[in-house]
Amino acid sequence: MESLSRGPTTKKPKEKKTKTLRHHLKLSEFKLQWSIFAVLAALFTLFIIGDPRTFLAPDIYYSFMSTIPFMAIMALALTPVIICKEIDLSFPSIMGISAWMFASLSASTGNPTLALVISLITGLLAGFLNGILVAKVGLPSLIVTIGTMFFWKGLVLVFSAAGGITLVPLRGTVLFKSLVGRIGGAVPAQALWAVGVAFLFWLILNRHKCGTHIFFTGDNIESARMMGIPVNRVRILVFTQLGFFAAFAGILLDLEMSYYWPTTGEGYLLGTLASVFLGGTSVFGGMGTIFGTFVGSIIIGSLETGIVTIGLSGYWTNLIYGLLIVISVSIHSILRRKA
Amino acid sequence: MEAKNEKLVRMVNISKYFGEVAALKEENFEVGYNEVVGLIGDNGAGKSTLIKILTGVHTPDKGRVYFKGEEITYHSVERARELGIETVYQERALGEQQALWKNIFMGREMTTHLGFLQVKKAKKETDKILKEVIGFTAAGLTPDSVVKGLSGGEKQGVAIARALHFKAELIILDEPTMALSLSETKKVLNFVKGIKEQGKSCIFITHNIYHVYPAADRFVVLDRGRTVGEFIKKDISLEELVDKLYLVARTGEISQ
Repeated sequence: MESLSRGPTTKKPKEKKTKTLRHHLKLSEFKLQWSIFAVLAALFTLFIIGDPRTFLAPDIYYSFMSTIPFMAIMALALTPVIICKEIDLSFPSIMGISAWMFASLSASTGNPTLALVISLITGLLAGFLNGILVAKVGLPSLIVTIGTMFFWKGLVLVFSAAGGITLVPLRGTVLFKSLVGRIGGAVPAQALWAVGVAFLFWLILNRHKCGTHIFFTGDNIESARMMGIPVNRVRILVFTQLGFFAAFAGILLDLEMSYYWPTTGEGYLLGTLASVFLGGTSVFGGMGTIFGTFVGSIIIGSLETGIVTIGLSGYWTNLIYGLLIVISVSIHSILRRKA
Repeated sequence: MEAKNEKLVRMVNISKYFGEVAALKEENFEVGYNEVVGLIGDNGAGKSTLIKILTGVHTPDKGRVYFKGEEITYHSVERARELGIETVYQERALGEQQALWKNIFMGREMTTHLGFLQVKKAKKETDKILKEVIGFTAAGLTPDSVVKGLSGGEKQGVAIARALHFKAELIILDEPTMALSLSETKKVLNFVKGIKEQGKSCIFITHNIYHVYPAADRFVVLDRGRTVGEFIKKDISLEELVDKLYLVARTGEISQ
């Protein structure tokens, strides 16, 4: 193998160069995650300084744990889609149709478990439809999901006739307790579900063949295809799972509210997308972390409450949202360019 | 059938038309066992078409393809890979933002039966490949290094090592030195020598004779869909070969 090793003349300077390069790369990989974590820490430090009485007591955190998981779960499921270099704008509408399905079925059949299963399948199929349209029909995901976003939203309005459904009878059922009950009387169960889902996604993206295929498909779809990765199946899968988890989030929201609103899903689109991008997932595909998304969703989810609690008026919310997103994404971009 | 077994690849009387245009006209092309063939020709000479037939991308309109003496009747990319024909494209070989160990096993991950990655095993194997096959020990590259930080030549090295690791018999390099610096080109030529040392064959496609001359055993010059010249390296000097190529460029013929 003599002839294969580097020539002695090129050896020395090259060695130095790649070593620092490698250093950078590894560091930046952590940096992306540290930087988002630092933003979270800074934010909560500000909250604590602004209103120590509230932010040093557990209640506000229990409240966050009850409200953030809906968005967090969808942001986690959206992450593989973005890593795959695709986009989905229809998940809030899928959340809506699945939430309606769950509410109306459990009200009409009195069997919430059946309603849960059918609702999840509805979400799964809606996501699958997106995947088929993107991967098999070959339409751009941005356009497809604008279409399906309106379609599912419209279908909900037609079916529900814009009316709400009460779910109060479900309170006290095992299903209710295990999905949105209060563990130990304080910790909302949905927070544990969100953590569980995060772990599941981390495991699949980093430790499973499937995750590797998602990264390669987003990184360079041509080389992935050439190396025998079933890129179309991968793309269908990422949309399908997002549909499934959007349905799951919809069911959780139904139960937490004990009421189905025909507007369910509205207002989740931008926050969820922001969580993913805030977390360092690249819109250019092939790069992203579950940790980043998870932290990102906590930031987005706690911002409004935090701002109001520390005494600023709610008018500040959007301004600070905007600042945070622009600053964080700029930091990510600079860190990445250095690499 | 004895004679057929002497060659790794035999392409006999291959013709391929795209509409009215003949990309290949009754072309004959061979690659021996443990041979490095330099496939030279200008754009539009038919190099790519020839290779795409061999790798199963195109089906020939006429002619037969033999691999290890057996005729390939069903042309597909998967079939060609199963046989051990692997193409390394410069831009399409690797996932830039992913770690080396993931790239080496791209599409052929080492997993448990549940599909979970055997990360340690794969990294260890990658480390071995980096050291033994590519000689990357000095470069400070580890299995965790991200491809983006590699030079153009190193990327080709990784792709070649990957092909060798997965038992490719014939590695096709499509313009591997295009847009590479002098020292990077030298690295790629060393990787080609490595293919030869491992007892495998290689087709080196280029329009730069200076790049392929040091590495190849034999040169095939294509022009307008047919072979116009074939030379064994030991019979011809670089200068003579260059002269012949000028002649081809001017007249489309080589007087042999």
